[in-house]
Amino acid sequence: MRTILDILLSNYEVFLKAAGVTLKLTVTSLLIGSVIGLVFSFFRISSNKLMNGAAKIYIGLIRGTPLIVQIAILYFGMASIITFSQFWAGALALAIHNGAYLAEIFRGSIQSIDQGQMEAGRSLGMSYSMTMRRIILPQAFKRAIPSLGNQFIIGLKDSSLVAYVGMTELWGSALSEAASNYRQLETYMVVGLYYLAMVIIFSYLLSLLEKRLNVSVRRS
Amino acid sequence: MIEIKNLNKSFGSHKVLKAIDLTVKEKEVVVIIGASGSGKSTLLRCINFLELYDQGEIHLQGQNIEPAKTNLNKIREEVGMVFQHFNLFPHKTVLENVMEAPIHVKGLDKAEAKKKALALLEKVGLKEKSAVYPDMLSGGQKQRVAIARALAMEPRIMLFDEPTSALDPELVGEVLQVMKQLANEGMTMVVVTHEMGFAREVADRVVFMCDGNILEEGHPAEFFKNPKHEKTKQFLSCIL
Repeated sequence: MRTILDILLSNYEVFLKAAGVTLKLTVTSLLIGSVIGLVFSFFRISSNKLMNGAAKIYIGLIRGTPLIVQIAILYFGMASIITFSQFWAGALALAIHNGAYLAEIFRGSIQSIDQGQMEAGRSLGMSYSMTMRRIILPQAFKRAIPSLGNQFIIGLKDSSLVAYVGMTELWGSALSEAASNYRQLETYMVVGLYYLAMVIIFSYLLSLLEKRLNVSVRRS
Repeated sequence: MIEIKNLNKSFGSHKVLKAIDLTVKEKEVVVIIGASGSGKSTLLRCINFLELYDQGEIHLQGQNIEPAKTNLNKIREEVGMVFQHFNLFPHKTVLENVMEAPIHVKGLDKAEAKKKALALLEKVGLKEKSAVYPDMLSGGQKQRVAIARALAMEPRIMLFDEPTSALDPELVGEVLQVMKQLANEGMTMVVVTHEMGFAREVADRVVFMCDGNILEEGHPAEFFKNPKHEKTKQFLSCIL
């Protein structure tokens, strides 16, 4: 117990800084991932076979392979073609990974909106894209929030895997601290607490958002 | 106003519409009746191209509409539709529901759209509900808002797809009342309904559909008194 407290107190500058990197990495990758996810969810519901096929292959490949493999391929494989900074290699790998899951979340929530909403929009002379943007997506987004929150939490925790391509985010700095202080268990418990704290804060913000959006409506 | 020629439509191997011919004149109110699965809703949905047909022609206001070569959004601006399940936008208030298309499709400025929307809501008796969300309304109120929303685009033709079928019996009257008023004002209307009272009282012509065909049509007084076809008699005896 003493050592845990020691590590928590004496190393807090290192860990706080590393937690900052984790946070930046997570936010960046989830923002890009959300855009990727939204685009591919449209491909996935499109009647265009090419788009649909592309989305299926992308989602299939990402869901079918481990994240650590994807990170390694992007980092070592792509490095021979373009040079990424360590941060962007990690952020892009996480974005591409989360994008596939987010695409399925968006697709599910878009398809859960009653067909009649699209028909009502179209019957008023609105185009497909306008109906999608103004009628379907606002409702779908609200419905997707619990699943999105889930995926964002997973994304935050999964960002620890970029430590294995040498990034010193939270988990990476835990690995190097433990290697120098020989207190593996205690050090890992301390970073566990950091992750836990971040997730708890995020969950709280999420519940605030849900409450705010739920004051309006549920069904038609 | 509406001229339908030799309209054919299949869902897979099931033929829903079999060589339908139907003409609706300006200011005419045509009521389509028939058992469920007879193709009446599909026919209605073909008129604003929510459903695309396999074969045939639809002329609106003298113009042959070819779906592939036409901007159907423009056509739909002129053809309002009211649905069985209202399909109001649940994330928008009553007023916003009515203002949505005039602002974003027609490009009306907000103040003008609001003025018009409030006038329409007053017409359907729901001006005081303009600030609430649809889930606070009864079914009859929802449907009246849906009618106001369709009217906000100033359509030349109004289509009603079983507008009272999802309503509690005591709420049917208020919706029919609005529709009757609309008919009296000279709106061209095509109404799919099971409300025989409405057909008898308001329709200029009743059309009976069965298995994708129009079996017979006529003035309501004559139609209800002397149905010619055996299947029409059967249907009417079941429903009256």
